[in-house]
Amino acid sequence: MRFWLTQATTSAPEVDYLILALLLISCAVLALVFGLMLLYMIKYRAGSGVDRGALAEKTWRLETSWTIATLVAFFGLFIWGADLYLRLFQPPPDAMKIYVIGKQWMWKIEHPGGQSEINALHLPIGRPIALVMTSEDVIHDFSVPAFRIKHDVLPGRYETLWFQAVTPGTYHLFCTQLCGTGHAQMTGEIVAMTAPEYQKWLEQQGASETLAVAGKTLFMRNGCSGCHGGNGIGGNQARSTVRAPALAGLYGSAVTLANGSVVTADDRYIRDCILLPATQRVAGYPPVMPSFAGQISEDDLLKIIAYIKSLATEKPS
Amino acid sequence: MSATTIEPSEYANSYLTDGFTLRSWLLTTDHKRIALLYLGSITLFFFIGGAAAALIRYNLLVPEGMIASAETYNRIFTMHGVVMVWFFLIPAVPVTLGNFVVPLMLGARDLAFPRLNLISWYLFIIAGMIAIYSLFVGGVDTGWTFYTPLATEYSKGHVVATVVAIFIAGFSSIATGLNFIISIHRLRAPGMTWYKMPVFLWSLYATSVILVLATPVLAMTLILLAFERIFHVGVFDPALGGDPLLFQHLFWFYSHPAVYVMILPGFGVVSEIIPAFSRKRIFGYYFIVWCSISIAVISFLVWGHHMFVAGTSIYSAMVFSILSYMVAVPSAIKVFNWIGTMHKGYIRFDAPMLYALGFIGLFTIGGLTGLFLAALGADVHLTQTYFVVAHFHYVMVGGMVSAFFAGLHYWWPKITGRMYPEMWGRLGALIIFIGFNLTFFPQFILGYLGMPRRYHSYPPEFEVLNVLSSAGATILAAAYLLPLAYLTWSLVYGERAPANPWGATGLEWQTQSPPLTENFDETPIVTDPPYNYPPPEVVQHRV
Repeated sequence: MRFWLTQATTSAPEVDYLILALLLISCAVLALVFGLMLLYMIKYRAGSGVDRGALAEKTWRLETSWTIATLVAFFGLFIWGADLYLRLFQPPPDAMKIYVIGKQWMWKIEHPGGQSEINALHLPIGRPIALVMTSEDVIHDFSVPAFRIKHDVLPGRYETLWFQAVTPGTYHLFCTQLCGTGHAQMTGEIVAMTAPEYQKWLEQQGASETLAVAGKTLFMRNGCSGCHGGNGIGGNQARSTVRAPALAGLYGSAVTLANGSVVTADDRYIRDCILLPATQRVAGYPPVMPSFAGQISEDDLLKIIAYIKSLATEKPS
Repeated sequence: MSATTIEPSEYANSYLTDGFTLRSWLLTTDHKRIALLYLGSITLFFFIGGAAAALIRYNLLVPEGMIASAETYNRIFTMHGVVMVWFFLIPAVPVTLGNFVVPLMLGARDLAFPRLNLISWYLFIIAGMIAIYSLFVGGVDTGWTFYTPLATEYSKGHVVATVVAIFIAGFSSIATGLNFIISIHRLRAPGMTWYKMPVFLWSLYATSVILVLATPVLAMTLILLAFERIFHVGVFDPALGGDPLLFQHLFWFYSHPAVYVMILPGFGVVSEIIPAFSRKRIFGYYFIVWCSISIAVISFLVWGHHMFVAGTSIYSAMVFSILSYMVAVPSAIKVFNWIGTMHKGYIRFDAPMLYALGFIGLFTIGGLTGLFLAALGADVHLTQTYFVVAHFHYVMVGGMVSAFFAGLHYWWPKITGRMYPEMWGRLGALIIFIGFNLTFFPQFILGYLGMPRRYHSYPPEFEVLNVLSSAGATILAAAYLLPLAYLTWSLVYGERAPANPWGATGLEWQTQSPPLTENFDETPIVTDPPYNYPPPEVVQHRV
């Protein structure tokens, strides 16, 4: 039985400081409330002859002072909590991406190198890691108490959760959003390891091909290359019957949509383009792309996105 | 019990003797009889919900779960939540104590719409029957929150039947809310200006405004949920182009204000009892009154704090965080004012006062732990764990149920014409306080250590605290059975109650106990401000 929890990430101590501050403030307020209550219960009990003096008729001075004191204290706590939250949910750009798929009642993890695991996540310490998460069915929640982080995993979209582990060890992974009968079994372990050990683990897994390579096969098989061209160089009238935007160099760039808005081409955008193309029409191209909703599994989507991402470094011809 | 200035006398006639047939009860339009019908009904639901709670604590005695099936466990805690929230906590104080006391406090003969009042009870009973039906045919496994798409596409439970029950119960709430609002506007006794109203009436007014404005949103949300489940219309299911978070927004837009529907009447009860047993005018009347109103208003603007890790925008989370702190300010002010009321008072420790003091203690802990959850960075770690479970039980069970018992003991002589046994009452208040803390305090620690809520089984390191919590629950269960026993006993053997056993102000004490069907022989006229307690030398009271 332990009453403390390992601080296994860079942000864990920060969360604990905030909780500790809240705890101290609460204890002070509780001491005040219970102390005054007990004091008055004894001092002003009906049988006590203590002099009550004249009753104060005007209360507004006291009222305004404790109202203002409460407001100031609450505002301070708000700023503290909000500042931490901002940092907890804004991943640094150089974070290593690992993909997470939740389904009733298991977690599937896809590493960029093509290694995949079930109900376990091996990761290196000392570098920021961003989990890109989605669900195949209901809402789940990816929660690691030792990391002090959690986020819901929603069907139909990608949510990102990031952290930087510092302490090697094995930690609990819980699904904390009620997801049906096997909710309590939807757990796993997070194995934080040093960088060389992680490298060794990756090699032992012996993945046949990286996510991007697997994605290229899917890119061909699903007919994406027909319009977007082999290697995603873009289609034009000369090469194919349909003119479609180039995908090389797309990832991470700014895209102007037909409705005039400008979006960044991240995982979420590419996913929406594949499943809901009508909502993501790129300016200057006809709305001819069919929706692939329901035809490509979440696993395969991740691979296709990884492939498109791998084209980012190549410039369109 | 010692003598009082007003001798208890046996009244030949009262609302209780006005007809003894079943028909005279089931077709009554007397607010006092309807209050008793409601009291019987919610007591039944309280013990159904309590039995489910007992099974939950039984299951969690061992890490692998005492109840073999996770599916069964999920259905048990869902039923616990549904029954306790909609069939006990939300109605509890308004429809029983409120129904009985509001017209008496107003100096009125009845509520504005007596028949509507009866209809609201029948709606409540129909809703309750459907809820019990869905329980007996197998129940629901979605949690009382019905998150989509689990509740719409994946759950195999009786979601639609349960949702229909809650939908109908909602109309009962709206009817009660309307009745209170109009009664308070129209039926105040001559001389009773708004600022001469007891705080209990202000609290119920604020509660009723929330009931009338928020419950329709719940009704719409539940209709959409049922439609989605039956016809797969695609409002909430992303596979059909819907948005699963939309359900959460709509659900909490009702369900957060509903938390204040549960607690505001409790504030009202405590605001009656603290001055009465401190023999002193309430401290900061205007502040307490306007705190209730501001809570009712701000409570509509904080629903997003249930969704800090759900996938909403970071900036909307910040707005909801600051608003959540804002809604906590008036509650804090109230606590300070109750303590201010005790200052320089002549405090007596009858059972209602002990329950009310217990309320202040437990509610303060519940409120303070709410600050943890409103702080965004801390919420990320604590939400969806047992910390949240402990927090809202401190507010809704520790706070609200203590306030309900405080009010029940306070007005018991008025309602039944009998005194409850004082020593048993004090003992009950004490055991509830102890049992409650033993049950729920360990859950704060469990939550910080990361134990998720709604888990049928858990890692072995959480066992000690879970066993502790379950042990506390047995004490709490006994503590809840105790009042049932001695209050029932007092119906027959209790000492006859005088009109005003506490020497309290308030019009309800100026008529006989139990009151006549007509409430007052002649309409009372109000000249004094509320809580105008005379110095204790003037009135000798029971010790």
